[in-house]
Amino acid sequence: MLGKLSLSAIPYDNPIVMVAFGFMIAAVIALLILVTALRKWKYLWDEWLTTVDHKRIGVMYIIVAIVMGVRGFADVVMMRSQLALSYGSHYGYLPPHHYDQIFSAHGVIMIFFMAMPFVIGLINIAVPLQIGARDVAFPFMNSVSFWTFFVGVVLVNISLGIGEFSKVGWMGYPPLSEPTYSPGVGVDYYIWALEIAGVGTLMTGINFFVTIIKMRAPGMTLMKMPVFTWTALGTNMLIIGAFPILTVVLALLAMDRYLGTHFFTNSGGGNMMMYVNLFWAWGHPEVYILVLPAFGVFSEVVATFTGKRLFGYKSMVYATMAITVISYIVWLHHFFTMGAGGDVNAFFSISTMIIAVPTGVKIFNWLFTIYRGRLRLTVPILWTLGFIVTFVWGGMSGVMLAIPGADFVLHNSQFLIAHFHNVIIGGTVFGVIAGFTYWFPKAFGFKLNEKIGKSAFWFFIVGFYVTFIPIYILGFMGMTRRINHYTNPAFQAPMWVAVSGVGITAIAILLLIVQMYVSIRDRNKNRDLTGDPWDGRTLEWSVSSPPPHYNFAEIPAVRDIDAFWDMKKQGIKHSRPAQYHDVHMPKNTPAGLFVGIFSLLFGFAIIWHIWWLTIIGFIGVIATVIVRTSNDDIYHYVPAEEVKEHDDHHAKQALAQEV
Amino acid sequence: MSDEALTSNLVHSQEHEFNNIASTRLFGFWIYVMSDCILFASLFATYAVLGHNYAGGPTGKQLFDLKGVIAETTCLLVSSFTYGLAVLAMFRKSKNGVIGWLALTFVLGASFVGLELNEFSHLIAEGNGPQRSAFLSSFFTLVGTHGAHVSTGLIWMAVLIGQVMKKGITQNTSTRILLLSLFWHFLDIVWICLFTIVYLMGVL
Repeated sequence: MLGKLSLSAIPYDNPIVMVAFGFMIAAVIALLILVTALRKWKYLWDEWLTTVDHKRIGVMYIIVAIVMGVRGFADVVMMRSQLALSYGSHYGYLPPHHYDQIFSAHGVIMIFFMAMPFVIGLINIAVPLQIGARDVAFPFMNSVSFWTFFVGVVLVNISLGIGEFSKVGWMGYPPLSEPTYSPGVGVDYYIWALEIAGVGTLMTGINFFVTIIKMRAPGMTLMKMPVFTWTALGTNMLIIGAFPILTVVLALLAMDRYLGTHFFTNSGGGNMMMYVNLFWAWGHPEVYILVLPAFGVFSEVVATFTGKRLFGYKSMVYATMAITVISYIVWLHHFFTMGAGGDVNAFFSISTMIIAVPTGVKIFNWLFTIYRGRLRLTVPILWTLGFIVTFVWGGMSGVMLAIPGADFVLHNSQFLIAHFHNVIIGGTVFGVIAGFTYWFPKAFGFKLNEKIGKSAFWFFIVGFYVTFIPIYILGFMGMTRRINHYTNPAFQAPMWVAVSGVGITAIAILLLIVQMYVSIRDRNKNRDLTGDPWDGRTLEWSVSSPPPHYNFAEIPAVRDIDAFWDMKKQGIKHSRPAQYHDVHMPKNTPAGLFVGIFSLLFGFAIIWHIWWLTIIGFIGVIATVIVRTSNDDIYHYVPAEEVKEHDDHHAKQALAQEV
Repeated sequence: MSDEALTSNLVHSQEHEFNNIASTRLFGFWIYVMSDCILFASLFATYAVLGHNYAGGPTGKQLFDLKGVIAETTCLLVSSFTYGLAVLAMFRKSKNGVIGWLALTFVLGASFVGLELNEFSHLIAEGNGPQRSAFLSSFFTLVGTHGAHVSTGLIWMAVLIGQVMKKGITQNTSTRILLLSLFWHFLDIVWICLFTIVYLMGVL
């Protein structure tokens, strides 16, 4: 009846896990009580859970990303402190099987449930506004994307207290992930969390690709699109091309585990390197899926806060597209040690070095934009400057690893760990924090506290370097990744430096949380009534903050790359439509949430081999979609008077603040 | 502007919006089909790598019965043709034509799936299931994924027939007929690749 599930699945014997899981359940219960006490269920249901508004969905993505980021950081604290303590006759406090789950969960959470949703959240909030659209191409599908992603998050968190998570690293390499060596449910949690969330990501990719191609405001040709939209286009092209491969490779692993097939087994003619190849044929594009939108954020931020048009717009666009294409042909550099031979390794080594060139072009474009600009040292600019230094460093160590000879020495060492954290933190994390600070007033109508934001930046970047420089050094000293104990006395001093760096980063994260609290407390002082708090250049700043759910009273006409800047120069930024029209918008629907609930049942049941529930979940998903497609009444009209009223109100406020 | 002109304006702009929505949906579905191409490409690549790893088991030459496969192929190719006729009927606004041709397509598609399941059950009964060797694992997965796609198409077609019966040929149902037609013809193309690479090259 309950498949493999029994009470013994709960890890009573592990106090750390039980406390963490207990804390999580307490937090969820507290949240439910809070919502009930404040009588916010109806509000939550009407305005958020059933929403198809891209801005709201973006906000939900980012909230989940932040929560999961904190969880992923808790893993960091545990791993780093374990490594500082666990030398020689001391074994620290994390036994290997627990430590293995932590580093696997850390990787999965940070890539799939922190970085991805943060990036997708920013794309959701900004892209339709930037291109002058009222919504995305498929608003209902957007809500399904969010809920299926959320199911992945829920499954990973359930694995903490019911059963176990994967112990085989975030890539899930076979044969270790095959049932022979991983008989537990850990790998199954990994497979189904990513499989379900991955379908949602693919839908996001299609949705935004179509939105950007088909729904731009009149006059906005491709070469007049804001750079963030360009990078979002690149990212969505990569999602469309790469995520089906992840779906396939995880499905094949699932077949090996559930049906006893021989794709990646040692026996029966299986080939584990097929997994590794397919995984990285998705995995390397994934790296650029994460970093391209960050490049876009920096481009917007640099242009806005220097008050200049971005230097080399065209080269930026070509560089973005070059990266998009080349990122498909570098995947083998993740395993030069496979033994593909000199010719194959040379090809991938050279293509890897080539992909650094367009990235370099971008760095110079940002620098030349700043050169002779009137740089305002705001929080987003600090993160941008920090990014330029840090990312160049990380990129350099990447080019080192692109040399097969060097890679044979450094493969799977701490040097690699330092390298990819250097680019992912220095690129994506800095980028999403910059983007978060930059678009926060647009989404919520008030600015974040500058002062605390700046100190958070300084603690973060110092903490980052103090953590990762020793890890680079440990790599050169020969320390491999994924070990929870070592005997070489020389490793211990760098380990202590690294853990102190984590402490400094923890202060930064605390400051970011304090910043949020203080900013919300003082929101009335920091209100943005103009809709244009930074003297922005692109269309999202031409509407009120927060924008009305239909975004634009009238679709703007675009004449220039920086469309809103152009309107300001023309003196037509306050121009109002002569006549207001009814606005055609999609209705909210709970169908996306129901798809999520049924996929959660499906995922949980298939992990635990509860077949009847698996079938119910699967049929539930299909039935929900069929019921939804039978409903033709999915649009409504926002009356012209309502549109006009909002516009009047906004114009009055904006003028009052400007005078 | 008179009320009449306003109304006609509104109707016009509504029509325009719905046409836009239809063309956006078609474009979006094209993109989905392209991503599905990548999905099949990954499975074809897996088959190309593992397709000769027999692990001491039978080869394709020993297993494949081309007669059955040709029957499957005929069903699927003819179903593509009948689907085309359904689309023509849709353009003629002939509700019964659409329902009739879709029903025939459904029968042909279901026969295809039936024949495939028959082939699979024979193989498994003889001990040559997907667990036998990497070759058979990748064979069953590649062919089975195509079959699962056809089955999904059949469910969609059944729902669509129901919707056309109930609502007639509306903007919405005709867009869906076109979307499913894309999907159906795409599966035909995949099958032709499959037939060539798996079955023909297997028996040669």
